[in-house]
Amino acid sequence: MSRLPAPMGLLIDRNQPLDFSFDGKPYQGLAGDSIASALLANGRFLLSRSFKYHRPRGPLTMAGQDANTLVQLQSEPNVLADSHLLESGVQVTGQNFNGSLDNDNDAYLGKFSKFMPVGFYYRSFYKPKGAWKLWEPIIRKKAGLGVLDLKFQPEYYDKAYLFADLAVIGAGPAGLQAALTAANAGAKVLLIEQQPVLGGSLTYARFDLEGNRAQTLRRELVDAVEGHANIRVLKKATCNAWFTDNYLPVIQNKRMYKVRATQCLIASGSFDQPVIFRNNDLPGVMLTSAAQRLMKLYAVKPGKRAVVLTGNDDGYLAALDLHDQGVEVAALVDMRNNPADRALLLALERRGIVCHLGSTVFEALHEKGMRHVSGADIRKITGLGQVASSGLVLDCDLLCMSGGYMPVYQLLCQAGGKLAYDDQLAEFTLSGLPKNLTVAGSAHGYHALDNVLADAIHAAAEIVVALNLELTSKPLATRPEAQVNFPWPIFPHPKGKDFVDFDEDLQVRDIINATKIGYRDIQLVKRYSTVGMGPSQGRHSALPTARLVAACTQRGISETGVTTARPPFEAEKLAHVAGRAFDPYRQTPMHKRHMDAGAKMMPAGIWQRPAYYGKASERDACMQAEALHVRNKVGIIDVSTLGGLDVRGPDAAELLNRLYTFAFLKQPIGRSRYALMTNEHGVVIDDGVCARFGENHFYVTATTSGVDRIYQQMLKWNAQWRLNVDIANVTAAISAVNVAGPDSRKVLEKVCQDLDLSAEGFPYLGVRQGTVAGIKTRLLRVGFVGELGYEIHVPARHALKLWDALMQAGQAFDIRPFGVEAQRLLRLEKGHVIISQDTDGMTHPAEIDMGWAVSRTKPFFVGRRSVDILEAQPQKRKLVGFTLPRVSPRPLEGHLVLSGADISGNVTSCEYSQSLDKIIGLAYAAFDQSQPGQQIPIRVEDGVIVHATVVKLPFFDPENQRQEH
Amino acid sequence: MPFNLLKYGLSSEYPVEVDLPAPKELKSSYDVVIIGGGGHGLATAYYLSKYHGITNIAVLEKGYLGGGNTARNTAVIRSNYLTSEGVRFYAESVRMFEGLSNEFDFNIMYSHRGQLTLAHTDATVRSFRQRAEVNKHFGGRTEMIDRQQIRELVPSLNLDPGHLPVIAGLWHIDGATARHDAVAWGYAKQAAKRGVEIHQLTEVQELVIENGTITAVKTNRGTIKCGCAVQAVAGMSSQLMKKAGIRSPIQTFPLQAMVTQPFKPFLDPLVSSSALHCYVQQTSRGEVVFGGGSDPYPLLNTRSTLDLKESLLAHAIEMFPFLANAKLMRQWAGITDMTPDYSPIMGLSPVNNYYLDAGWGTWGFKATPICGKTMAELVASGGKVPELIRPFGLERFSTFQQVNEMGATAASH
Repeated sequence: MSRLPAPMGLLIDRNQPLDFSFDGKPYQGLAGDSIASALLANGRFLLSRSFKYHRPRGPLTMAGQDANTLVQLQSEPNVLADSHLLESGVQVTGQNFNGSLDNDNDAYLGKFSKFMPVGFYYRSFYKPKGAWKLWEPIIRKKAGLGVLDLKFQPEYYDKAYLFADLAVIGAGPAGLQAALTAANAGAKVLLIEQQPVLGGSLTYARFDLEGNRAQTLRRELVDAVEGHANIRVLKKATCNAWFTDNYLPVIQNKRMYKVRATQCLIASGSFDQPVIFRNNDLPGVMLTSAAQRLMKLYAVKPGKRAVVLTGNDDGYLAALDLHDQGVEVAALVDMRNNPADRALLLALERRGIVCHLGSTVFEALHEKGMRHVSGADIRKITGLGQVASSGLVLDCDLLCMSGGYMPVYQLLCQAGGKLAYDDQLAEFTLSGLPKNLTVAGSAHGYHALDNVLADAIHAAAEIVVALNLELTSKPLATRPEAQVNFPWPIFPHPKGKDFVDFDEDLQVRDIINATKIGYRDIQLVKRYSTVGMGPSQGRHSALPTARLVAACTQRGISETGVTTARPPFEAEKLAHVAGRAFDPYRQTPMHKRHMDAGAKMMPAGIWQRPAYYGKASERDACMQAEALHVRNKVGIIDVSTLGGLDVRGPDAAELLNRLYTFAFLKQPIGRSRYALMTNEHGVVIDDGVCARFGENHFYVTATTSGVDRIYQQMLKWNAQWRLNVDIANVTAAISAVNVAGPDSRKVLEKVCQDLDLSAEGFPYLGVRQGTVAGIKTRLLRVGFVGELGYEIHVPARHALKLWDALMQAGQAFDIRPFGVEAQRLLRLEKGHVIISQDTDGMTHPAEIDMGWAVSRTKPFFVGRRSVDILEAQPQKRKLVGFTLPRVSPRPLEGHLVLSGADISGNVTSCEYSQSLDKIIGLAYAAFDQSQPGQQIPIRVEDGVIVHATVVKLPFFDPENQRQEH
Repeated sequence: MPFNLLKYGLSSEYPVEVDLPAPKELKSSYDVVIIGGGGHGLATAYYLSKYHGITNIAVLEKGYLGGGNTARNTAVIRSNYLTSEGVRFYAESVRMFEGLSNEFDFNIMYSHRGQLTLAHTDATVRSFRQRAEVNKHFGGRTEMIDRQQIRELVPSLNLDPGHLPVIAGLWHIDGATARHDAVAWGYAKQAAKRGVEIHQLTEVQELVIENGTITAVKTNRGTIKCGCAVQAVAGMSSQLMKKAGIRSPIQTFPLQAMVTQPFKPFLDPLVSSSALHCYVQQTSRGEVVFGGGSDPYPLLNTRSTLDLKESLLAHAIEMFPFLANAKLMRQWAGITDMTPDYSPIMGLSPVNNYYLDAGWGTWGFKATPICGKTMAELVASGGKVPELIRPFGLERFSTFQQVNEMGATAASH
């Protein structure tokens, strides 16, 4: 392994060798190498196989911008070898091959490319009928690239927020200069650079004959930037998207910074563009900038004998670089008839390098196995994309190409920038950027170094003004510059393999044919041919595709446009976007007590609640025992998750009167009322109780999962109606328990001395404020489970003390905690509905027999009009109670109620009741099936029909004596 | 090697056949103008030409063919709905999808995968059971399955994400996917063959309504007279209805989706979880597609957001932890016309001879064939509403006869 001498190798540490393996063979690289640079240093160019034809591929950009270097790490597929930092001991393999990377048994597919025209899969494999079923699995297996490690467990990734006056994306000459200019004026600048070093093109490109300018300028700018108090630099950081209002996700290491910047400057530079000729995908054929990066960043000699194909003067400078580093330059091939700067031509000739003007490479040659380029067939250009019938063949092991530059426009287009094409300059221009977003440098169409700097100062100056700061730098003027883009670097070959899209193995004729079949819109071409849909997302294919489609459909490129650039800029790990695996959930203050008592927990909205106390295998027995205990003695349930809303103010009653169906204006203090809420469609959406503690104070409960929405509704309506009310969501601030059962009063009497707890002193539906176990509480006499019971609400910080005190006081009465399951059974016995279980998105009050809860006199509540219309229509269905003998197959919730051959409803609640020794349930049935005594057929598991009897509700204690005594 | 590919390989001339004819001048008048060149509009045109002998039809598309929600949806085909009306309708659609490739002579790559929906709460189990039962009632193949069966179907799925362990699944055997673009192109190709004119880059700017009857449409390429018109412009339905002077109950929300790089196949069924607001499927190209809930507020814009991507992918990783290492390639959005009852609006409108195909929310793609077929019947009969779509008329919102597909909510008490 030999490397070029310093100053080549900006990124590597020659004193730190690293061992690794590729496809099972050991290799050595250096710290700072990418996987690809280390392999190339060892002469290994073939890194991957292409998607469709399994052609051998090597690095194209050396900048992580192509899919040719996708390799597989042990637990990570599709890793870009040319941007992934080499680590000691890493085991790298190729991917998407059959056999071995060097001898891929699927490489024969390339020979059949004629039989696989663009979109071939749309045109075949479906005849005769049913054939597709056989083909599909075979084709699926061939698709896809790397293999995901299904055993992989997520690692720690996190997020952080950053703020800046100005975010500069890209630390090339433009980004550095603009950051400095703005920072000197006092702006807080965040400078974001993908590479491990600052400088952008200054780190690898050559700007002058002597080859000094880049290094000198880079040192000058970087020193100033790195020492600047107003500039924060993020290296190896990728700004991966632009979201509205300069919201920028920046990925660095295992973190995503979410940046909010007042101003954003995009100095993202431009991508070198390939030239299209036959076999332009062979290993050893690379972008000119890739060869320069290899030398200058990694000290890797990209080849022994090179041909440089160019469409601008930069190719000459690159040829000088190659020559300086001991690469024999067999020829410089310029597609133009003359270079802009003739001094370059002379400089090359002085070094004995032959220049072929007005010529192109028509075909890259190779030896058997296609593992590397072995020569170039050079032809005179005779017309647009046309060449002479014979030319000159030169041996080479490196073919550098550059057809021009495409701005790195992705972020700009995500921000709404529109690309237009200037046919004269063969260059894209941008317009329509949002406020506070600016572009500078080669992304802005300036390529001469002095112009890039001048443009950066100009852009920064505008930003400084927008930030209300004082400019301290002098503006520089830009000068006209030479064209850098060759307008038609596309040379189709009759035998094809002239690749437009390397990711998707698409050749010139594929694009042309797509338009011929009728897919003339650039978006349709993309969708039909899949051009630009691969991992590099059109970095190299967008421009030639636009050119080809425009030519084929007799339009200009401005008319055809290019395909849309969507976020992210480059592929991002899901882990980066997801960040820390947050799984927020809520526990009540009594959570530990429940766990100690052996509770099986269940999710209830965002909360965890005890379903029952006992083993999962004994669920039914536990629930029945708990329920029976409440009926016979006393039970306690944690109802902290119940929604709680404090509504205060002179208009509190008015607000509730408009929001809920009942009447609340005359509700006495010290009383609660059932509260039913409908939406504007008249559909029941929530319920609870409104407890009036004062003239201007209601405490309103809501369902656990509904409270956030109800709170939102209250705020919305309150804002709209401009009432004088303050609404607070106190769900998490207030905890509550319900003590229920015949002995509940006795339990409470032991811990509450300041209230008259007698049936007369504190009647059913009464509400009180009193002291329980030394804690100030709100007490509500409610009857959800149908027994004498008290809901006791306390500030959450006192809840555990309350629970313990009640358990202590209840010991003498054998108090036991009960869970949600028992509560559901108890309320079912009482025929109480649970909103969202016994109601659906269509239920209106009459259907659940809640007509009584709808005020008949008040003119308005949300849903009034709809409820009136619905009630005036013949009722179609009704929620009914039904019973079945204990021994009957038990319907499950969700089973259907039938009426003849039709579905007339569904079971919403069903359970065996020990108190009644029957299966009881609630179900929707057709209105003509809903009279007590009627039989309703229910289809249970395995299609069995049971005939349940409709009964009057409630099932248990029809006179409600138990809860009211 | 399949015969067709041989034909292509050995032919010296390409193309052997054209899918979409080159653009033409607009005529001054058509029997039927279909506004919107997406799957629905093209399907309607195709069935009109195929079954009803009506071919003097212009399909007008303001952008490119199938470039709206046809291009943006995540291509899920299923019929496991909640209501009788819904199940009957979508089941017919699934049946039609299965035969489309051969009908089109164009492979839509219909891929029968099965769809698995996960329940993490007993409320969801309840609603799933009802969906399964309603499906079975109409001959569909949908079953409730337990954790063990889920494990066997999708071994790579994490059954215990956070504090929401999976407790059961709804296994919809008929669930499938297809190449969504190909569906639009297949309809376009066959409709064009029968003489239907498809005009891209042709935007309808105004509707000409005389005495309550539509007579013409004004486009950026001139005014066209029409015997009748159909609107099939998912995402812009309410805007176009406004131009027709029709009050609509539609609210339009962005719906985002995203896709990874391609990987070798590891996931056959389409998997979704309503509690985690996430659905996942692997395409035939090997890419993993994610979708989730709509954006929280109405907007007529297809921009992407970071917030939604963050929460969606966090949930995707909870379902499939190893996807943490997969790389996302692209993110996009469509705009969805939501109706109050999550069912579409199909049928007549208050404007004579103006037919509605709207309100398709997030479920438009899967209805493409049956929607096209029934809309064609409606148009061809001069306004006799076919039985299958009668429940979906616009008037249901004023007569309170909605077809609720919102599902039993996943709330608990």
